Amino acid sequence: MSLFAAMGAEAQDGASSEAEIQRYREMISDPMSNPGFLAVDRGEALWSTRRGSKNATLETCDLGEGPGKLDGAYARLPRFFADAGKVMDVEQRLLWCMTTIQGLDTADVIKRRFSRPGVESDMEDLTAFIANKSSGMTFEPQLGKPEEKAMYALGEAMFYRRSGVLDFSCATCHGETGLRIRTTNLPDFSKPNKSAQESIGSWPTYRVSQTALRTMQHRLWDCFRQQRLPSVDYGSDMVTALQVYLVAVAKDGELQVPSIKR
Amino acid sequence: MNRHIIAVAALAVAAGLATGLPAGAQEAKTYPEPAGFDAAAKTSWSKVKPDEWKTRIETDETQRLCNLYRNNPPPDVARKIMEMNRATVVYPADGQVIGDWKKGQALANNGRGGQFSDEPNTVNGGNCYACHQLDPKEVSFGTLGPSLTGYGKARDFSPDAAKEAYAKIYNAQAAFACTNMPRFGATRFLSEQQMKDAVALLFSRDSPVNK
Repeated sequence: MSLFAAMGAEAQDGASSEAEIQRYREMISDPMSNPGFLAVDRGEALWSTRRGSKNATLETCDLGEGPGKLDGAYARLPRFFADAGKVMDVEQRLLWCMTTIQGLDTADVIKRRFSRPGVESDMEDLTAFIANKSSGMTFEPQLGKPEEKAMYALGEAMFYRRSGVLDFSCATCHGETGLRIRTTNLPDFSKPNKSAQESIGSWPTYRVSQTALRTMQHRLWDCFRQQRLPSVDYGSDMVTALQVYLVAVAKDGELQVPSIKR
Repeated sequence: MNRHIIAVAALAVAAGLATGLPAGAQEAKTYPEPAGFDAAAKTSWSKVKPDEWKTRIETDETQRLCNLYRNNPPPDVARKIMEMNRATVVYPADGQVIGDWKKGQALANNGRGGQFSDEPNTVNGGNCYACHQLDPKEVSFGTLGPSLTGYGKARDFSPDAAKEAYAKIYNAQAAFACTNMPRFGATRFLSEQQMKDAVALLFSRDSPVNK
């Protein structure tokens, strides 16, 4: 990486195209016309809807701050949950609450994990609602417990691990500051820095190109796709491990969610 | 660049002899996979078929070494990686490495192939513009790799330099250990003809790269 990236620094002479790209980014980042807030509203309604074999709402779900306490919960996830005996991200935890509190069959929920035209995603909407309750707050990575440290180590290893037909790792694109793929600026996740804070702090986001609110589960699933890896399981430990690592490099970054992106 | 690395490696060997240490015994930070990595990978890609697992999730020797040293291998390991990969390079049987630059331009713009969302019969692209500047008129280029604008012209359209470029596209790790650039020929991601077309984009006198 170091040899190639060092040469890359010589190639940043597209100043005029950069100005055009910046203009486009500003055009789409108008929060007043962000459809992501519709997902927040749907999520709020879902949170208090009785469902499942136990005919219960999610209002007693503990996302780490105590049953039903949502303010700041997303800013301190992923974290270790003693009742489940593992480190969970917001989406894993929601699935756990659906199963244990509501007695809901999550197979259907997972089938609709990513929305598409005509199919709404409970997971995207609930995550948008919960994350929005931490908007304006800063990330507080939870790395104190041995299980959290172990997940960080897994996530860091995955971040740097090259594999597959094109030898890519996450670090191939996100291991240096100030680089671009095509016209897309690449946040640097190799160390704590502003680009990592801004990037991680803007998820979940409304993707204009996909006309959908997307969560980190979708983002990382899509990163693995671009890396030419097979489809990663929804709510699996490797995705949570990567989030533990990413939130650590985004430490003290401010959440502004849901945001809007291309 | 690769001469430089070999020179450093030779110095390291000399230093090793002088001090009685084996070559490569100097400090090099390693990053082995943590406990539980394989188990977490298996449960996280639970639906992957065994053959797909082998080619996509498991690492080959080059990947394993680059991962172990996080792309900064010590000189002796870097030399081993380059030698191992140099052995994979197969030049076209007719010795001709320059194809059609227009097809090369289309190849450089095509980022498809190899993703689970692709149709099985998808023709793979080189996606060169993701990382490199080539045609100066194309504004949508990445900066992960060096600019290749004027590449052939800067090398006086030398046939030897074109052959070297073909080898770099075939297997960049033969020239730079643990480079970010994929091993397009060695992994059969691109065909011989596609690689010739990419070389043509770099080396044709009428290619926009050299205008």
